[in-house]
Amino acid sequence: MLKDITLGQYFPGDTLAHRLDPRTKLILVVLYIVALFCAKYFWTYALVALVLAVCVRISRVRLKALVRGLKPVLIIITFTAVLNLFYTKGEEPLWQWHFLSIYPEGILAAVFMVLRITLLIMGTFLLTYTTSPIHLTDGMESLMNPLKKIHVPVHELAMMMSIALRFIPTLIEETDKIMSAQKARGADFESGNLLQRAKAMIPLLVPLFISAFRRADELAVAMECRCYHGGEGRTKLHVLHYAARDYAAMVLGLAFAAGIFVLGRMGL
Amino acid sequence: MLQTEQLEYAYPAEEGKTPRLALGGVDLNIEKGSFVVVLGHNGSGKSTLAKHFNAVLLPTGGKVWVEGMDTADEALLLEIRRRVGMVFQNPDNQIVANVVEEDVAFAPENLGVPPEEIRRRVDEALAVVGMEKFVRHAPHLLSGGQKQRVAIAGVIAMEPECIVLDEATAMLDPMGREEVLSTAHRLNREKGITVILITHHMNEAEEADRVIVMNDGQVAMDGSPQEVFCQVEKLRALGLTVPDTVELLYELRQSGWDVPLDALTVEACADAVAAAMK
Repeated sequence: MLKDITLGQYFPGDTLAHRLDPRTKLILVVLYIVALFCAKYFWTYALVALVLAVCVRISRVRLKALVRGLKPVLIIITFTAVLNLFYTKGEEPLWQWHFLSIYPEGILAAVFMVLRITLLIMGTFLLTYTTSPIHLTDGMESLMNPLKKIHVPVHELAMMMSIALRFIPTLIEETDKIMSAQKARGADFESGNLLQRAKAMIPLLVPLFISAFRRADELAVAMECRCYHGGEGRTKLHVLHYAARDYAAMVLGLAFAAGIFVLGRMGL
Repeated sequence: MLQTEQLEYAYPAEEGKTPRLALGGVDLNIEKGSFVVVLGHNGSGKSTLAKHFNAVLLPTGGKVWVEGMDTADEALLLEIRRRVGMVFQNPDNQIVANVVEEDVAFAPENLGVPPEEIRRRVDEALAVVGMEKFVRHAPHLLSGGQKQRVAIAGVIAMEPECIVLDEATAMLDPMGREEVLSTAHRLNREKGITVILITHHMNEAEEADRVIVMNDGQVAMDGSPQEVFCQVEKLRALGLTVPDTVELLYELRQSGWDVPLDALTVEACADAVAAAMK
């Protein structure tokens, strides 16, 4: 049951989108978000959507998977849409009932807001779908490297992230085991109201936490035994290299963001 | 290779209690290239002893030397740990990365080895433990024995002179145990790596060069497997069982048969019994 949980869903593949350097992809996503927030009207939104569609096509990620990613945020999307619909005021209301009124401007604002959130989520999901968690952490570590100068523990953060990723399946497996063990002794996780269910989680969480701490302790010793002494003087098995395609992608990304910015300024 | 001199260790005591000595004066000299098995029941100090060999624990009394380097000298810490690799009981808790090759690369990465050299070491280490087909696998999908072999590869990638297996077979099924044991023996034979195997499975000591039995923080017995296992009464007094083969021969002798006691492997035991029956 818990096996279904997928974090950092990654669809392995060998397309251009998969082969790009993770740093390039991170930068591209930032540029994409900037462009998305510069978009003003139908033309610019259409352009952003078109670019996303092209990227999806290149990555061969199925559209169904992207749409599935939207499910958890459906409530937020609806909520913001409704708020925008009623709270944007214009000159002539289309419809009025007591204090509620809808203006044409409100409808536009709601549509754009939905478009913006949808495109934002799809774009970032495309990143995690085409980049393995390890590459993503590597990319972030490398991009944040300059922050070391102001004493941000970049290496430590990246190491924590990759260890967390490494232990997710182990801990899920363990949770399953503890659940079975507690069920065998008569624990009931499925019935009762919310409060009762939350309470039923205690005999699950306590052993899980204790074991997680013990694991952490043992892992720390094992890491020290393999000469781990922080990020200083560390080398990497896989060194990140920018290839020609990375530069090309970044130039295109920059041009795209600049283009949307200019078009947005023109009110398109 | 490894020497201890009057090694004492006491775990930090709770307040108001006198600290109990986990190790009380151990003198050992482990030779380079040997295969040593350390036996003992729970709480005999065998794991505590193992953790002194690469300075995970520092002696509270006495000294430990690794190739002449004092483990208490903090400046030599990395050098000592590079030479003496350690594999622990739970394979899940010593694998750092979520791809096999990345995990094996962890130690050389820490040591600042250049990338091409890391690549060579990773491939070589995985080949030595017979896991070269799993380079890009996720460790959590491997069996216990396979995980433990990856952990051994991760240690070999440091190119150590000695490997300590601290109850590394305790959590494995018989097949996984066999995989790990044969890997350890191969490393010892082919690469001349000193192996120290901490275990409470008597049978794992059959092919060792030397068996050390720990009891109550002291070396109780020390010698070749034949020498140690012949002393059936003494082993039983220490709360240890003897290998099945020795057990059989011992019982036969008790009931008046003329069989030797030092046939450890099943084949040797069968031959001895057959010879006696003629």
